[in-house]
Amino acid sequence: MRIGVVTFPGSLDDGDARRAVRLSGADDIALWHNDPDLHQVDAVILPGGFSYGDYLRAGAIARFAPVMESIVDAAGGGMPVLGICNGFQVLCEAHLLPGALVRNAHLHFRNRDQMLRVQSTTTAWTMNFTEGQEILIPVKNGEGRYVADEAVLDELESSDRVVARYVGGNPNGSSRDIAAIRNEAGNVVGIMPHPEHAVEALTGPSTDGMTFFASVLAHLGGKVGAEA
Amino acid sequence: MARVVVDVMLKPEILDPQGQAVANALPRLGVSGVESVRIGKRIEIDFAGDADLDRAREIADKLLANPVIEDFTVRVSDGDA
Amino acid sequence: MTTTENQTVPAQQARGESPEAADGKPDEQAPDEVADTEVIDDPEDESDEAELESADVHAEEDFGAQEDLGTRDGFSPDDEVVDEPDGPDTVPLARRRPDDRQPYRELGLQDDEYAKIRDILGRRPTQSELLMYSIMWSEHCSYKSSKVHLRQFAEKAVPSDRLLAGIGENAGVVKLSDDLAVTFKIESHNHPSFVEPYQGAATGVGGIVRDILAMGARPIAVMDPLRFGAPDHPDTSRVLPGIVGGVGGYGNCLGLPNIGGELVFDPCYQGNPLLNALCVGVLPVGGLQNKAATGPGNSVILLGAKTGRDGIGGASVLASATFGSGSEARRPSVQVGDPFAEKLLIEVCLEIYRADLVVGIQDLGAAGIACAVTETSAAAGTGMAINLDTVPLREPSMLPHEILASESQERMLLIVTPDKEHTVLAIAERWGVPATKIGEVTDTGRVVIEWHGQTVVDVPPASLADDGPVYARPMREPNDLPLMRADRAETLPRPTTGDELRETLLKLVASPNLCDKSWVTEQYDRYVLGNTVLAQPEDAGVLRIDEESGLGVALSVDGNGRYSRLDPYAGAQLALAEAYRNVAATGATPVAVTNCLNFGSPEDPQVMWQFAEAVRGLADGCVELGIPVTGGNVSFYNQTGAVAINPTPVVGVLGILDDVAERLPMGLRNEGDVLVLLGDTRNELSGSEWAWVMHEHLGGRPPKVDLAREKLLGTVISAAAELGHLSAVHDLSDGGLAQTLVEACLRHGVGATIALPESVEPAVALFSESAGRALAVVTRGHDKAFTALAEEHGLPWAAIGVVGGSSLAVREQFSVPLDELRTAWSGTLPALFGGLEPTSN
Repeated sequence: MRIGVVTFPGSLDDGDARRAVRLSGADDIALWHNDPDLHQVDAVILPGGFSYGDYLRAGAIARFAPVMESIVDAAGGGMPVLGICNGFQVLCEAHLLPGALVRNAHLHFRNRDQMLRVQSTTTAWTMNFTEGQEILIPVKNGEGRYVADEAVLDELESSDRVVARYVGGNPNGSSRDIAAIRNEAGNVVGIMPHPEHAVEALTGPSTDGMTFFASVLAHLGGKVGAEA
Repeated sequence: MARVVVDVMLKPEILDPQGQAVANALPRLGVSGVESVRIGKRIEIDFAGDADLDRAREIADKLLANPVIEDFTVRVSDGDA
Repeated sequence: MTTTENQTVPAQQARGESPEAADGKPDEQAPDEVADTEVIDDPEDESDEAELESADVHAEEDFGAQEDLGTRDGFSPDDEVVDEPDGPDTVPLARRRPDDRQPYRELGLQDDEYAKIRDILGRRPTQSELLMYSIMWSEHCSYKSSKVHLRQFAEKAVPSDRLLAGIGENAGVVKLSDDLAVTFKIESHNHPSFVEPYQGAATGVGGIVRDILAMGARPIAVMDPLRFGAPDHPDTSRVLPGIVGGVGGYGNCLGLPNIGGELVFDPCYQGNPLLNALCVGVLPVGGLQNKAATGPGNSVILLGAKTGRDGIGGASVLASATFGSGSEARRPSVQVGDPFAEKLLIEVCLEIYRADLVVGIQDLGAAGIACAVTETSAAAGTGMAINLDTVPLREPSMLPHEILASESQERMLLIVTPDKEHTVLAIAERWGVPATKIGEVTDTGRVVIEWHGQTVVDVPPASLADDGPVYARPMREPNDLPLMRADRAETLPRPTTGDELRETLLKLVASPNLCDKSWVTEQYDRYVLGNTVLAQPEDAGVLRIDEESGLGVALSVDGNGRYSRLDPYAGAQLALAEAYRNVAATGATPVAVTNCLNFGSPEDPQVMWQFAEAVRGLADGCVELGIPVTGGNVSFYNQTGAVAINPTPVVGVLGILDDVAERLPMGLRNEGDVLVLLGDTRNELSGSEWAWVMHEHLGGRPPKVDLAREKLLGTVISAAAELGHLSAVHDLSDGGLAQTLVEACLRHGVGATIALPESVEPAVALFSESAGRALAVVTRGHDKAFTALAEEHGLPWAAIGVVGGSSLAVREQFSVPLDELRTAWSGTLPALFGGLEPTSN
């Protein structure tokens, strides 16, 4: 299985995402912002960081990178795409996911170990969780407050598209404690906290993040099996 | 109600990474001919009574702008409010 | 940055080269005359000085230097320095008009220094040359006041086979294994962080990161020892959030985990907050880069951001003096950091290193291009021909001296053989980083700089980089010291009843220096890069370096200005001891030391005495511990009016862990583990947090230093960890045993029951800050074996309690539920600086 991790100028957690992919047993493939070629990957991760410095709005410039055109097309065809933190911001800017991520309500960057409740397990990236499962993974962002208009929020809720919520305190003021959402098909997920930082007991607060990567392998494996 | 608009800009000699990032992105969108972009802040202050430019200037000087790196201008908003 | 490197002592020196060679330039300046520049300054960061000036705002607060300015007769605006309309001052002009008066005093040069420059050049300097000398010979760049003391670090250095040869550039390099080495260093950016806290702190982080990058290393983490004035002073609420935001904003965007630091409040830092920043990097053993511009014919390439009017220190003097007032645009400006540009710069440099494409490299710091071209050519004994017209400018109207002295951030100077030039430029292009050839290495032994077809600089580079003045300044023990020392905190009334002890404990844990620091540390990314094994609030930051073997490092930075005020020799050693102890508490073996020496004005003999004592203490301490100082930085002029800050040597210690999986954390986790206090507790309350918080008292003598005991403590912890006796260790320092217990309990919300040793009274047992102690958390069933081990090594120990419950209970005295402790401990900073709780929804 080949999982691509995009490096934009200013990507920071690309190495961590690739490590997590390797630990999950898949091959990690480096994708470059300026190269539209996806190198036959089976899934794509847009990692955390500050793409192009994120000086205008987080993700605003990355959205126009050549690699994004290919990713938008592939996502339309069902390829699993996970946007973590800055990647989530890019997915919203690229309109693959609704809503936007804006400056934290308290105006500070915040890094803490955060409890989440997994709400939706009907996605390529969360199918190995059980619904309602509580997990501990790091959150770290300055612009992580998820906002959308009420109609969109209601629709996300009613269509099981809220993938995870903050529990035990909302670290950034996100609407309805939303930490992660998915597209209608369930192949595209955006998450503000960092699963790739919770894949080793030595360096993370837990290994709960590993399940995101195991899920996509299970999803892809199942698909491959079905097609065969 | 009277509105005063305060524009805060980095001083011309101060590096503006934000504007630079936008300027560098423009060619990728097919926009050419832009020499530079600088980004600032616009703040709208609504006074209960008449627009008080002096007071607005004071607010801008003490709070809204950092005089070490930023300049500001104040003007009464006419109609665009 | 290079300029700043000053104290790097490394191996070269250890082998007999003179320390000065390693340090930077010489000079002397007369600080008084320097006006703003000097005010600023610290030798430490290069950038600061310049900024100061920009900060007219602040100038008056600094020591009284400026008064002199107006009255100096060296120059006045009526005298023309340069007068060809539309033209810069050139070498031919300097020859033709040898008697032009020059504003050297305003630039901080003494009469004899100016005479020396004329002597070196055989003519008067051009305006650009004068500015270059004034900056390169400043305290900040040349370490002229500190050099005579700093050489002890080299002279007393303990031989170490871990210290890689040929260091001596920007930071020391320590070998970890046959393949891997690490390099680390601290620098200060104090004054700029007072003037513009966010950008001052951001560019401080940026500067130290480039220092590490220039060594050939990939930067992998930062730490930030911070010191502020009174927590409730209005200006602290301006400075602290700005500095913390700047450290976080830059480091987070750069993708470097922040793994530790300090947060200290004391009124002495009110007008002089201290922003010290440490960076650690990793490099292949054979990958050490150097700054020598060897090989005549090689290309000189400027890599990174465009050059603008950032922090042009002395340039403002020239501008105002030469061009009259009204040239606003020529005034110096605060440097603004662009972490995104630095991130790309890092990637470009690392790619260039991997492909072995550079002959030499140097980061640009104080004095920008001027410093980089002279230092690189001086290091190689070569010359250089530079054309300033090729330098990409942010503002095309910049004059040659402005281009030379600009401190625009995120730039590096590369020396590249002509056949590799194309490849280097292509790599830079791929990352979108500007790179431009600005000149060539020559064999002339002169740095010759042209602008618009005219020669504006023609100097022997070593005269700027190495041959500056060196001063042995007068020293005198502070007049008030005997009285302060006689006023011992041990005579203050102490709590005696259980209730009093309980109340004291709660007040101490809520005090700004002992409370929960997560208001600050949550603003820093500690996870990025995925190798952070321990970070604040643990005793030391621990990083995995090799994912295969688990090889890693532990780092701690510590300082105590109050101890140093009472006894700078002991204070420096106590800072060293604490950092050493923190590293040892993780199970690591300490191997190297770096330092950042923050002091008042060296022109004050009392400050100079403090400085000399601190350096002597640190050098002697390193000898006793058997670990070398590998580099450091000096920051002078941290004072307001005649009042200096407490002398504040901040010491960083780096240790090695063969397998980071074996590291010891600090928190209690397992019910039934046994708490063993290691070391001796004496009645030592002078200079303590208890004395300050409860009595606002500073007097007496700091705790006794026993470095042999520190070593023994480290040995026992390391041996016990290997045998699997320990589940955690937490060092004892500020706030004493009480604070250590509170932190260990609150780390994971697990309580303990304690029986205080009876050798001292309860208040002393809880609040004394005796050094050489640690709390060992011994795995249930291992206590006999562990205490036997301590016994065998001759390390005093006392079993003082058992882990468990939801309170911190001290038998026969008091008990505090952890919830109550946590509330007291964690409410302080949010109450002072605003909550971080977002509004929900």
